Amino acid sequence: MAVTSDTYTPATRSISFPKVQTRHVVMVLYLLFMLVPIYWLVKMSFQTNREILGGFTLWPQNPTLDNYRVILTDSSWYMGYVNSITYVVMNTVLSLAVALPAAYAFSRYRFLGDKHLFFWLLTNRMAPPAVFALPFFQLYSSVGLFDTHIAVALAHTLFNVPLAVWILEGFMRGVPKEIDETAYIDGYSFPRFFVKIFMPLIASGIGVAAFFCFMFSWVELLLSRTLTAVNAQPIASIMTRTVSASGLDWGVLCAAGVLTIIPGALVIYFVRNYIAKGFALGRV
Amino acid sequence: MDKVQNNKAWFLVLPVLVLVAFSAVIPLMTVVNYSVQDTFGNNVFFWEGLGWFQEVLTSERVHAALGRQLAFSGIILAIQIPLGIAIAICMPKRGFWASVCLVLMALPLLIPWNVVGTIWQILGRTDIGLVGYALDKVGISWNYARNPVHAWVTVVIMDVWHWTSLVALLAYAGLQSIPQAYYQAAKIDQASRWKVFRYIELPKMQGVLLIAILLRFMDSFMIYTEPFVVTGGGPGSATSFLSIDLVKMALGQFDLGPAAAFSIMYFLVILLVSWVFYTVMTNLDKAEGR
Repeated sequence: MAVTSDTYTPATRSISFPKVQTRHVVMVLYLLFMLVPIYWLVKMSFQTNREILGGFTLWPQNPTLDNYRVILTDSSWYMGYVNSITYVVMNTVLSLAVALPAAYAFSRYRFLGDKHLFFWLLTNRMAPPAVFALPFFQLYSSVGLFDTHIAVALAHTLFNVPLAVWILEGFMRGVPKEIDETAYIDGYSFPRFFVKIFMPLIASGIGVAAFFCFMFSWVELLLSRTLTAVNAQPIASIMTRTVSASGLDWGVLCAAGVLTIIPGALVIYFVRNYIAKGFALGRV
Repeated sequence: MDKVQNNKAWFLVLPVLVLVAFSAVIPLMTVVNYSVQDTFGNNVFFWEGLGWFQEVLTSERVHAALGRQLAFSGIILAIQIPLGIAIAICMPKRGFWASVCLVLMALPLLIPWNVVGTIWQILGRTDIGLVGYALDKVGISWNYARNPVHAWVTVVIMDVWHWTSLVALLAYAGLQSIPQAYYQAAKIDQASRWKVFRYIELPKMQGVLLIAILLRFMDSFMIYTEPFVVTGGGPGSATSFLSIDLVKMALGQFDLGPAAAFSIMYFLVILLVSWVFYTVMTNLDKAEGR
């Protein structure tokens, strides 16, 4: 991505001044639109349920950490995070492990059916989880994997493996082939070359692919909810089940929501220049 | 880059093939299986032929869901694409503020979908939500749980909030790749801002914009979690989009046959759009000489 381009400045100065102002106003309004809903969630997470329902306020009158305390001490809540993180990490490791060699093959070689295979992978990234919910439920029940972390991790490979292959392939194409050839001349075997020389070269690509696998598995609800009951229930599903219960504690629900945003918010700064690339499957 | 012909590369692809075959082909075959059979329970199945497909194709419920889905996808594309381009043009081009904008804009993209639903479910409430309360104060009694129009507006605004940044970030990436020389040439020609946009920026963004349109179409076409959390598909079935309707049919009523036939037709649409997407991608790669 070129960073050399400069702001376009119109010919005369008298026009340029108000234009700059408009862009700033638009940007500020848009960022407000982005942030106000998140602020509202954070605000409510610091209020007791009585304060939330007692009267309308723009900020917490008596900020409290009680909601977070409830979540972090009640195992039916915090186990949701443990379960989510368990299957998300399993899925990320699994997806990357199989996607790395495949992406290398797609970026370096032509082989029988390569284009069809690459396209077929894309169709799986695009497939609606709703179509797969019922067959997955039956498949994993019949092999005795229902309500286990590995079932959700495997189910999420449906869209994460294609995603990882496409993203990694996009990064690997940027590495000149001469590097591979030089390594072979120097007597490197393929596995040694791949791990020692090639993987460090595409380290940022692996990071981006891992981030997107993590993210897409983390945000998904339908499959993880369908495939779990008690033992592997993810936090997302615990939250939706609470919604339907009567006597809902809004404060705790909001605190749970805020905690689910944190993993993304922590790493977002490091991947900021790759977000578009990741969402566009390594293209752009 | 010139690629070498080597069929041994299949060994590198094999793990992916096995894994995705397990998580995609087996379930898909189950669906195909159900779509042509009927059952009276006890795992006894008999051949039904194309009956389910006929039933689904003529079902008013499915037609209505498809209509709602197309309307929804159309509306959000019509809002998100122009808005996304406008935001990308307004973004700072580099430096500290560019990073700040990138990070803040990307936040909604990384929030779990059910939490997005929860956020808007709360915001739209007149007792505890900012938006609902404000609307109530100006005299509109906002109720997305009862009023279909309010439900639609809520779901559409939620999606605009959630995904416009993706379009903006893609368009921004496209803008960043335009060489400075183009702008200088336009300056010498004294081109207006509009002309710069129309004849330099828009053509140069064409590729990324197509990707953005396809991605947004696909993801809105299979939207499930967000409207499910906010409205549950209601009021009535006003916001039951294809996925919500399908899950109701398959997991709620356990109507295996129709649900499977529905799934297959749903999947065919996906296949078609994926093919367009793939063609766009390959042409784009070729144009960039990669």
